[in-house]
Amino acid sequence: MGELKGIYALWYREVKVFTRERSRVISSIINPLLWFFIIGGGLGASVSFGSINYQTFIYPGILIQTALFSSIFFGVYIVWDKKIDFMKEVLVAPMNRTSIFVGKILGGSTDTLIQIIILLTIGVVFIATGVMSGINFNFFTIFVTIVFLYVTTVGLVSIGLILGSQMESPEGFQLIISFVIFPMFFLSGALFPINNLPSWLAPFILANPVTYAVDGVRGVLIGFSRFSLVYDFLIICIFSIIMILIGTYAFKKMKI
Amino acid sequence: MINIENLTKKFEKITAVDNINLQIKEGEIFGLLGPNGAGKTTTLLMLTTLKPPTSGTATINNFDIIKQPDMVRKSIGIVFQDPSSDEILTGYENLKLHGWLYDMPDDLREQRIIEVLDLVDLTNRKDDLVKKYSGGMRRRLELARGLMHHPKVLFLDEPTLGLDPQSREYIWKYIEKLSKEKNITIILTTHYMDEADKLCDRLAIIDSGKIVVIGSPKKLKKDLGGDIIRIKAEKLNIDALKKLTYVKNITNCDGEFCLTVEDANLNLQEILGIIGKVDSVEIRTPTLDDVFLHYTGRGIRESSSEGGWAEKAMHMRSK
Ligand SMILES: Nc1ncnc2c1ncn2[C@@H]1O[C@H](COP(=O)(O)OP(=O)(O)O)[C@@H](O)[C@H]1O
Ligand SMILES: [Mg+2]
Repeated sequence: MGELKGIYALWYREVKVFTRERSRVISSIINPLLWFFIIGGGLGASVSFGSINYQTFIYPGILIQTALFSSIFFGVYIVWDKKIDFMKEVLVAPMNRTSIFVGKILGGSTDTLIQIIILLTIGVVFIATGVMSGINFNFFTIFVTIVFLYVTTVGLVSIGLILGSQMESPEGFQLIISFVIFPMFFLSGALFPINNLPSWLAPFILANPVTYAVDGVRGVLIGFSRFSLVYDFLIICIFSIIMILIGTYAFKKMKI
Repeated sequence: MINIENLTKKFEKITAVDNINLQIKEGEIFGLLGPNGAGKTTTLLMLTTLKPPTSGTATINNFDIIKQPDMVRKSIGIVFQDPSSDEILTGYENLKLHGWLYDMPDDLREQRIIEVLDLVDLTNRKDDLVKKYSGGMRRRLELARGLMHHPKVLFLDEPTLGLDPQSREYIWKYIEKLSKEKNITIILTTHYMDEADKLCDRLAIIDSGKIVVIGSPKKLKKDLGGDIIRIKAEKLNIDALKKLTYVKNITNCDGEFCLTVEDANLNLQEILGIIGKVDSVEIRTPTLDDVFLHYTGRGIRESSSEGGWAEKAMHMRSK
């Protein structure tokens, strides 16, 4: 009971802070839209895969991109909590560290989920108004998309928390963008199909868990995928479980 | 209530806390007084289970900080040195969060929130975001939060660091009130002499991780054995002065000489006779500054801007 209340407290804090900072919510929506209109629209004028227009093709990739950036940033953000003494206030409470980790994951994944739902809503509006075409939205596909993205998000928030728990100061932030977030994004197939990859590139892409999230969501929403839905889902589940385990361990060992 | 045994913390290069032994009684306000970097915060973090000691241990409320950290955490409250409330939440929300983290029943939590907000006079600002609070208000909120779950022991790490004089008075008032009304054992760290003097029943002076001396402020001052004569002079015949039985101690304070002298009023004449020409003389009853200087050979005010400022003002006037 006590642990649950503590987990709820941490979740409450994250979601309250996120929704209160309107600028964070707005910018988290504006960026994906810029990608959609500028990269999608610009390249879409000359690029298409079969009958699938490029803008349609990258819509699932943009959903994942949002999840990726928002989740990992959220996790790494605990360096700030450590820098001020907020982290200590939480750690000194009579609550075990696993619960603290769980509270953080739930908070971070909820923040990301809010953004995903907004982007899905915008997507539905685009389809209804004809701005975008070729995406199969119905209750089932939306539900599967959300489940896929949520499971992936949990793994990604864990990565962020693992990195954040090991960092002493926010100076490493930039490195994480360059060496974790960007590679995971560009090597995921979010921007291009992964059917005929050059052989030097293929191993990187196939080793990247985000690839399977993109593949799964793209399969569900536009029927374009390399692997089966079940296979994709299995891989991201395994990925997230491993990250949760490592994260729990990292949190237990975290020094302040 | 608290029993510290051989508590030590080493970082790579330095020993931040060096073999500390201390007993603190129930209901006491106990101070750890020392300059920046003395090891006060590190000591508190070990006592509150946030940092593991390199060696040694302590018990709080009869629970061992290493073997029973969960029980220790249930017994304590702490106000950290740096801000630890969330700026984007309101004061009330910060307190509610705390109540949840400490698994308080809902009605008790709401009742305590009202109680502690009233105690620190923040009731009418409770729904403002913490980022709109002044430094003093924020400190008071964190004090209220540290108390909310009625801990047996409350740790305060530099409770008035960086606050204006009025806010400091306020916080002192609350700390005294708490100690009286709730019989909470309070351990506070500070590098302000006046704060230690005013609040603490007993204190330990700590320097470079070691406890130099323990006692009540009154006793520590009395133990110096006399008043302080501060002399500014070209040179001093120290050997001759040391022969006088009523001169207890001679130290160098900021380039001047501080003599600890029994019955200073009566003996001043003779001392001045020995010294000869002096630029200025000042007699005063000892302060904790003098106690610190006596035991460490250095002034604590070297690291405390406030003391240094007053000091300089005095010099200007005497010129
Ligand atoms: N995490 C750490 N790593 C290395 N040195 C540290 C660490 N924390 C504190 N110190 C050092 O330990 C000493 C005591 O610090 P601290 O306990 O913060 O002193 P105080 O609170 O009395 O100002 C200082 O010299 C400080 O630089
Ligand atoms: Mg300190």
